Formats: sequence, structure tokens, C-alpha cells
Amino acid sequence: MGAPLQDLKRTGLYDLHVDLGAKMVPFAGYEMPVQYPLGVLKEHLLTRNAAGLFDVSHMGQVILRGATPTLSLERIVPQSIAGLAEGRQRYAFFTNDAGGILDDLMVANRGDHLFLVVNAACKDADIAHMRAHLTDCEIEVIEDRALLALQGPAAEAALSSLVPSAGAMKFMDIAVTDSDFGELWISRSGYTGEDGYEISVPNAHAQAFARALLAIDTVEPIGLGARDSLRLEAGLCLYGNDIDTTTTPVEAALEWALQQPRKSGGDREGGFPGAERILAEFENGASRRRVGLLPEGRAPMRAGTELYASEEAESPIGQVTSGAFGPSIERPMSMGYVAIDHAATGTKIFGDVRGKRQPVTVADMPFRPATYKR
Amino acid sequence: MKYTEEHEWLREEDGTYLVGITAHAAEQLGDVVFVELPEVGDTVSKDDEIVVIESVKAASDILSPLDGEIVEVNSAIEDEPGKVNDDPEGDAWFFKIKPSDTSPLDDYMDEAAYKTFIG
Repeated sequence: MGAPLQDLKRTGLYDLHVDLGAKMVPFAGYEMPVQYPLGVLKEHLLTRNAAGLFDVSHMGQVILRGATPTLSLERIVPQSIAGLAEGRQRYAFFTNDAGGILDDLMVANRGDHLFLVVNAACKDADIAHMRAHLTDCEIEVIEDRALLALQGPAAEAALSSLVPSAGAMKFMDIAVTDSDFGELWISRSGYTGEDGYEISVPNAHAQAFARALLAIDTVEPIGLGARDSLRLEAGLCLYGNDIDTTTTPVEAALEWALQQPRKSGGDREGGFPGAERILAEFENGASRRRVGLLPEGRAPMRAGTELYASEEAESPIGQVTSGAFGPSIERPMSMGYVAIDHAATGTKIFGDVRGKRQPVTVADMPFRPATYKR
Repeated sequence: MKYTEEHEWLREEDGTYLVGITAHAAEQLGDVVFVELPEVGDTVSKDDEIVVIESVKAASDILSPLDGEIVEVNSAIEDEPGKVNDDPEGDAWFFKIKPSDTSPLDDYMDEAAYKTFIG
């Protein structure tokens, strides 16, 4: 095996990726598999039709302990964490004073503590942010575990063959389970729009666990390339593309991710960074909005494409933030931000692709319905 | 067959040239999902961007390797872009050009030189 590319970290599954013939690329400071010999299109379809195994060990795993870690975390996220039942997980985000999004994350209630999974590119900043604001909590960064995602209609049968209790879990349930591969931290979730699981496994067992899953004939390894087209078909945001420090939750159409107790009139209203702007936008709306976009024809409309109200208009009314070809919907798809008066589903606008105005229609997301086991 | 540093191949057919991309280029691009070809009858100059290819990864432009007129295009790859990955140096040719100047051909590589070029 060659020396690592400069300063890039490797996950505990690096040797497995190389054995499987992955094409490795730099991603968020790690050498990660962008695709395997199957290729992005087939990997995408395989995940939708059988089960895909993803290495997401580059993401940050953090345990938060304290007297009331749920209430402590609520100081830096606009979600109801105190209302999150033990054994359940919830999507959340850290906000800044301007109401922007510092990172999005998953929060699991494990009884006397919380378990968080944060994005790879943001994890150092997230940990510093938590250490600065959650001085009443102990923050343990988990460095000795891999994180795998098993996604698709065959995921339940595949994981249940190794961990029989997995089948009884519902979407966003979490469990801590002893297994032949050490203690597994399982959630029934993922980021593909498919039913499936994310599984934290001790590094010492990670390769054996991944190989045991890959030995099941419905399971294939899937790279970051297909992960991106899968999440986009599911209408899910990629932090850094679709949401960032300059986008607010209401602009990003993430109203569903805030629970009543933290909103105006709720028991624990506000009290998070940017609350004034975010709660005002809940009342009054925002001047722009993240929408789904379906380009006419077959050409993908990629991130950075400027959007216009007409073929002649000189000033853009928005921009594409993610765009790709959707292998399952068999057409190109994008998401992006548009001025609020162009955000209604069905609005026809234009994207500037290679100097030509190409028609594109504002569309509901997800582009492909999710198949979560609720 | 002649090869360009832009990873195109040219194959002579009765004074015209079929042009496509090499298997190496197709492999590097990944799954092709969109192809836009020039129009038959277009007069093109060497290095004009006359084909757009979009793969699952990115958009790429294909340059005309010669001055000349486009006399035929392979519309089948616009309908089924995946053919570019399946048979890049055979059925998935892009266009046929009738050159007005064949002198650039002297600078293009033969197969052995191209293999060395891509390492």
C-alpha cells in the first residue's frame, strides 16, 4: 500500500476499500472511496434495489454527558432535545448568531447521555463550539470506532442475519447491542431516502463486520459518488453545498426540523443562537427558499448554475446548490435557492448552462419518495 | 487510429474521420449521463468545443481535432449516453468530420505513443 496522500487521514476500513478496488479520493481530510468497480450509476441503483454498504467513518462521533445534557445541548441547537425520548434519534443543527447553520447532525438519546454524529468537514469546529458553549458537559470524542451505513430494501434482512434484534427497530430508533463484532451502536436511519441503518462498530472489529455484511449476496460496497445522487434524489441537504453559515433554517425549508417547544409560544421558546431571526422567519417567511428543480431534457444543472426568471432577465433570482443525474428517476435533478416569489411548485424558470438559458421547473422534494420503516 | 492529448481517437474512413473518446477517457469520466453533439453541416475549427459530455462526476468539453465540416453524428449516444462507457472506441463514436486541413494529424499519436502518454 502506498503512502497516504499528503496529510489525509484514513478510516479503519481503508485496506478493505483498496482490496475491493475502490477509487480513493480526498474528501473532508480523508482518503475515501468515491466509487468501486461497479461505478456510480450501478451502485446507486443497487442501493435502491438491494443493499448498499457505505463507510462513513470520517464523520464525527461524540458523546455528551452532564447533569442534563439534553437541556445543555438546547442552548446551541433549535431542536427539542429534552423532548427526545430515550432510544430515539433526531435530526438537528447548530446555528450561529445570524441564524445560519454551522453544521447539521444526528442526536440520539441514550438515557444518561447523548450520542451525536456530525459532518466530517465540520467536526473539529463543532467540537470546539461544544466545548466553548457546553462547559457544564463532558464532551467525549469517539476515535476508536468506525461508522457504517447499510441502506436499501435488503438492509433489514442483511443486518438481522448478524444482529437479530435489528429487525424490530423503527425509523430513528437507536440501540446499543452486544454482538460477535463487539458492542454495536445502531440507529435505523441513513441519508439515502432508503430504509436502513447506521452502525458504529469498534475499529478492532470494523473490517470483520464489513466483510460479514459484504458476504451476504444482496450487499455491495457503495462509494461517495452514489451517496451524493442518492441523498439528492431524497431531497436531503449536503452541508457546505445546500446549507451553510449563510442559510437559515426557514430559507433552507427545514421548518419540519424544529419542534413546537422551541418555537414562539413554546415551553422552551428560543434560547439558541440566531433565535430572533429564525423565529421571526417562522412568522413572516424568508426572502428566498431552497426548492427542488427539474431541468428539461437530460443535461444536469450543476451546483453554481445561476437561475433567472426568464430567458432575457439580466439579474439572477437564485442559484443551484446541488445538481446531478438521478439514476432512479432517470432524469437530471437539482436543488437550489430562489427568490420567494419564484419558489412555488410548478414555477418555470431558467438556468444558465454553458451560456444558454435552459428551462427548469420548481418541483417538490423528495424527487423519489422515501421508504423509511416508520 | 490516431490519438490526441485530449484523449480523442480518429479513424479514417474514405477521406473522412470518425472521432470518439478513448477507453481511458471514458474510464476517467465515469458513467456518462448526457451527450450533446454538433449539427450535421456545421463548419468547425480545430479546438472548438463541439461536444458536451456530462458524467456522474462532471461536465467535459470535447474539442474538434481538425478544421472541417461535420458530415455525420452518432445520435444513438445522445439517446443512450451509457454506450460511451460500454464501447467508447467502437459503436460510441461521436461525429464524422470531413477535414479541410489534415496537417494536425501529423502531430497526433499512434496507439503505442498514446499508451505511453497515459502511462
